[in-house]
Amino acid sequence: MQFDVANLIAILPEIAVLITACLVLVVDLYLQDKNKDVNHTLTLVGLIIAIALTGAVGGGERQIFFDGNLIQDGISDLLKGAILVVSVLGFIYARPWLKDRDMLVGEFYVLGLFAVLGMLVMVSANSFLTVYLGLELQALSLYALVAFDRESKKGAEAAMKYFVLGALGSGMLLYGISMLYGATGSVEFGAVAQAVSEEGMANEVLVFGIVFLVIGIGFKFGAVPFHMWVPDIYEGAPTPAVLILGSAPKIAAFALATRMLVDGLQELHADWQGMLLILAVLSMGLGNLVAIAQSNIKRMLAYSTISHVGFIFLGLLAGSTQGYASAMFYAIVYALMAAGAFGILLILSRKGFDAETLEDLKGLNDRDAWYAAMMTIIMFSMAGVPPTVGFMAKLLVLEAVIRIDLLWLALVAVFFSVIGAFYYLRVIKFIYFDRAVLNAPALVTTGGVRVAMTFNGLILLMLGLFPTALLSLCQSAFI
Amino acid sequence: MNEFPLLTLVIWLPIVGGIVVLASGEKSPSISKWTALFFAAITFLLSIGLWIGFDSNTAQMQFVERSAWIPTFNVEYYLGVDGISMPLIVLTTFITIFVIVAGWEVITYKPAQYMAAFLIMNGIMVGVFSALDGILFYVFWEAMLIPMFIIIGVWGGPNRVYATIKFFLYTFLGSVFMLVALIYMYFQSGSFSILDFQEMQLGITAQTLIFLAFLLAFAVKVPMFPVHTWLPDAHVEAPTGGSVILAAIMLKIGGYGFLRFSMPITPDASASLTWLIVALSLIAILYIGFVALVQQDMKKLIAYSSIAHMGFVTLGFFIVFTIAQNPALSSGSIMGIEGGMVQMISHGFISGALFLCVGVLYDRVHSREIADYGGVINTMPWYGAFVVFFAMANAGLPGTSGFVGEFMVILATFRADFWWAVLAAMTLILAAAFTLWMVKRVIFGEVKNDKVAALKDIDQRETFNLAVLAVAVLALGIWPAPLVNVMHTTVENLVVQVTTCKLPSSERSDCVLTHSEPIVAIPND
Repeated sequence: MQFDVANLIAILPEIAVLITACLVLVVDLYLQDKNKDVNHTLTLVGLIIAIALTGAVGGGERQIFFDGNLIQDGISDLLKGAILVVSVLGFIYARPWLKDRDMLVGEFYVLGLFAVLGMLVMVSANSFLTVYLGLELQALSLYALVAFDRESKKGAEAAMKYFVLGALGSGMLLYGISMLYGATGSVEFGAVAQAVSEEGMANEVLVFGIVFLVIGIGFKFGAVPFHMWVPDIYEGAPTPAVLILGSAPKIAAFALATRMLVDGLQELHADWQGMLLILAVLSMGLGNLVAIAQSNIKRMLAYSTISHVGFIFLGLLAGSTQGYASAMFYAIVYALMAAGAFGILLILSRKGFDAETLEDLKGLNDRDAWYAAMMTIIMFSMAGVPPTVGFMAKLLVLEAVIRIDLLWLALVAVFFSVIGAFYYLRVIKFIYFDRAVLNAPALVTTGGVRVAMTFNGLILLMLGLFPTALLSLCQSAFI
Repeated sequence: MNEFPLLTLVIWLPIVGGIVVLASGEKSPSISKWTALFFAAITFLLSIGLWIGFDSNTAQMQFVERSAWIPTFNVEYYLGVDGISMPLIVLTTFITIFVIVAGWEVITYKPAQYMAAFLIMNGIMVGVFSALDGILFYVFWEAMLIPMFIIIGVWGGPNRVYATIKFFLYTFLGSVFMLVALIYMYFQSGSFSILDFQEMQLGITAQTLIFLAFLLAFAVKVPMFPVHTWLPDAHVEAPTGGSVILAAIMLKIGGYGFLRFSMPITPDASASLTWLIVALSLIAILYIGFVALVQQDMKKLIAYSSIAHMGFVTLGFFIVFTIAQNPALSSGSIMGIEGGMVQMISHGFISGALFLCVGVLYDRVHSREIADYGGVINTMPWYGAFVVFFAMANAGLPGTSGFVGEFMVILATFRADFWWAVLAAMTLILAAAFTLWMVKRVIFGEVKNDKVAALKDIDQRETFNLAVLAVAVLALGIWPAPLVNVMHTTVENLVVQVTTCKLPSSERSDCVLTHSEPIVAIPND
């Protein structure tokens, strides 16, 4: 194995995040309690540098590094950028919540940064081993984040569930990877793809391995029937942790799925298409129907996540360039919407009070018209109503699905999205149609949060009106 | 032909105005009101420019603007108007002014947001009428729901949440299937341009499915029996302005959809399903007419009367297919469509005015129950005069605009089928019965209670609203020629379109329409 400096240049964003994490770890030791904001600043600076480096390093030709373990291409550049941007938003939203509860400690940021690092590794993985490494780094950090509030029993319970089920999912994935390795003799996607095209579908071990891979992917995405952990963890975990695990990791999960299924196993598309189809229909159906019955908004958003995962799978299973691009577009857009929605919940929370039920949104328009407008954009976007970007994302996915003549699937999808519209509308009902409860304290927010939320809401609107830029990035990534 | 982006301006100026009004905040209501009125008025004046610059000798799209929007999917920002959409745009900008004026003093909770919602709504509705790209149309079509949803939900009556969610979900359910149909047609024709859709050939199965998908979307909007149930709820709960926009413009969008999409794109399916539409229209005219008769709530009564009148519109449009099978009577088909169009415009004025009338009483007494009133004319003579006038127009009195459309449609229906015409003509009796009976109970008679005795007659603002609308109703009733002329060439062309068989050559033998030759697509420059 030759050491080559060019290898390091390609992973500069990862290095930046790693250095920031280590830096926060050390600096935090020497900080007095009143100076804990430095952690926050350091983290943001580190992430922004990583964004800049992603931009600087990215955009080139498809290249493979580290003896075939890492790759840099359009997919990795775009997804890295998206993960970093969403993470920046997440950390900004989380700060006031942490500060109110005297939890503005280094560990939160260190764990968060390591999770981000894991996602970045997943995104640029070119072998099953690297993907798995990234996944575990992300998952372990997130397990710890969920248990971050050590006083909270619910949080500890959620972390335990998350850990056990997450480990189960990882186990399935690893088992599938080992079968694929046995069948093809390699863990590198390129080599696997080549071996598959030579051997064809005859190899039953191969197809069996895919079953486990898809189960693993289903677990990580939270697709029905592997969704059981999602609502409990969303409800039990502290909201900042939910914000971090509910937004950017969906982009990483998308990377996990595309890297493995598209880069490695495109040849066997016919086999995994059917599996994803079942997962997609079940996810859209169950997610949307059960969400209606929720009064806890975190639980509701958990089921809404499940239904959106169904849509992402629709794009993936189309198996075409258009389909992958639409799924990618959807995943990025979803991460932005989820970050915004949980961000609003954090804004509504204050010392000693967590906004968790739909009732807590009552009269938001009276309390702060601007945040009410942003939340409305987010909700309409999740429901897929134009002119927000949620509509564009759904349109692209539907287009990909109709292109492969699965008209019935498109009809199922739109039908469930109408059902889904109901619970998003209910949120808006609480925001606009109900008056605030008496003595509701004024919302206290910082300028940073307001700027971030404004960006978050307006970008959903702007991308809906002018989707071309992001869309062409997504499409060129897959050509 | 026109370099100046007039349509873009008419769409986006009110939207920008709405954002300005929103930004002005709730600190100074009078500034936001005047700003809103200013933008509404400018938009109306600009849309008059559309009428003046319109060339009524051609069926081509005018004021066309075309530029790429999402190039990868051939989605374009493609606007243009013809003789069908242009009058509806002018109606939209015209009615918006009254809505803003009507909410002037009544709306006390967050007036800036109220005004802004109507301005934004105005722009979006103009967008619906002028979009010539399927996706652009769909975006405007759906976006329209957002302000309306909020208007009903925030400023509506006691049961507003139920009504507005029902309204939203009904329309949303109808339109998502239209979206699937649009995407399907994109793969058949290679672009999202509505004009390309109209030149495309489709087998009868595909046509029927597309027709049904569109029917679901437009029937909910019109609304046609049996998907009309959201309308009475939405109307009753909406604030006056919301009811006016709903009745005057939003219902017309459904009718417009039939003319722009269903009939020209899927003429063969339309022809084979004409019986369905005619049946539903006649049910709307008759059954809903009887339902209106027994209403206790004035707004509900007018809402049902709207459904009945819109039944006339769909009847007028679809008898074309029956008439077309008898080539000797082709002029009847033009009359049917034109009658439907005149009916739409006229109903925009009349129903808008009637809802404003109810709003006047509601603002004073806070009740819409017919039983709470009686003898209003004694305390509000001017108001009583206006109500009687608009009620007569609603009943289709000759000389008012209500008569023209109904007369044309009934005349055209006679050419299609004698008994349909007889049934449709029943509306003249029914509409007279339910409106005049309401007028009798509310306006005439002895002063019923103290509240009525304490009523004050309409002020300048209300008089302005009602007087202008009354002039419009009279003008259209006495001299409908300008309106009919402006749309005539377009309608002629539309009739050729809808009577042209669009089946592919393999199914050509099944054609029932007169022009069985495919239209030769005019090559684009």
